[in-house]
Amino acid sequence: VSAGERDPPLEILLVEDNPGDARLTREAFREACIPCNLEVARDGIEALGRLRGEGEFAGTPLPHLVLLDLNMPRMDGREVLAALKSDPLLRAIPVVVLSSSEADQDVAAAYDLHANCYVAKPVDLEGFIAVVQAIQAFWFTVVKLPRGRLPETAT
Amino acid sequence: MNSMRSDARPIEILLVEDNPGDVRLTQEALREGRIRNRLSVVEDGEEAMRYLRREGEFAQAARPDVVILDLNLPRMNGREVLREMKGDPRLKSIPVVVLSSSEAEQDVVAAYDLHANCYVTKPVDLDQFVRAIQSIEHFWFTIVKLPPEESA
Repeated sequence: VSAGERDPPLEILLVEDNPGDARLTREAFREACIPCNLEVARDGIEALGRLRGEGEFAGTPLPHLVLLDLNMPRMDGREVLAALKSDPLLRAIPVVVLSSSEADQDVAAAYDLHANCYVAKPVDLEGFIAVVQAIQAFWFTVVKLPRGRLPETAT
Repeated sequence: MNSMRSDARPIEILLVEDNPGDVRLTQEALREGRIRNRLSVVEDGEEAMRYLRREGEFAQAARPDVVILDLNLPRMNGREVLREMKGDPRLKSIPVVVLSSSEAEQDVVAAYDLHANCYVTKPVDLDQFVRAIQSIEHFWFTIVKLPPEESA
């Protein structure tokens, strides 16, 4: 287990414009064995604002993990991925793409942009919750997340 | 869960590992696994890059679906392999799972900075080592959608 009890809660940023999916994800995470705070950004602009600590998000802690939808208004997930993975202050943050698309071109493009992994959203409720819990189980208990150096806040 | 590929070919895994004990444990853990896979093993970073680029004796090598990469390797270490792979347009989409005995935060962050897909520390306990491999197998081969074969 990579996260010890003394560690502060994991910060998760969910970037998702669908309120239903955001709510289901939050519920699935509430049952996590490791304490975590889930914040939701409703589009790519808000996600980058949070990640860069801009304006109202000044002082917001950086997430340890980002869950990213692809199809969103204003700025889509591909643009968020491209910006995040080319920013020296942000690129170490693992990004799990969680998208309803199963199209090969979307999957290939996400990996080319250095998504850490791509998970297709099951359409049925139980499948969706099972997948979110599998993401959580793997990334929180098997994987070693970058916790230490991640810059305290973006300046 | 979702099934990733319509064809029934086994998942191709490239293990880059110089420690024979760890190689053997990984082989055993994957052999017991539920997902049909074919594991190829290379022992240093240079060999890994030749395998991935299908050079010399590796001309017929299959493109791996996933690479499991140790960090401390002779000749060319895991960080250099990551840098080469993730900077190569034909190879960068292949997911790389770093499997290292190092728990040092600087190693973890450096690996993610170099676009490692995830970092798993090798448990010293044998049973836990096998479980870690099986967790990797389960997550990457049944939950994740791997890049399509012709993504290069």
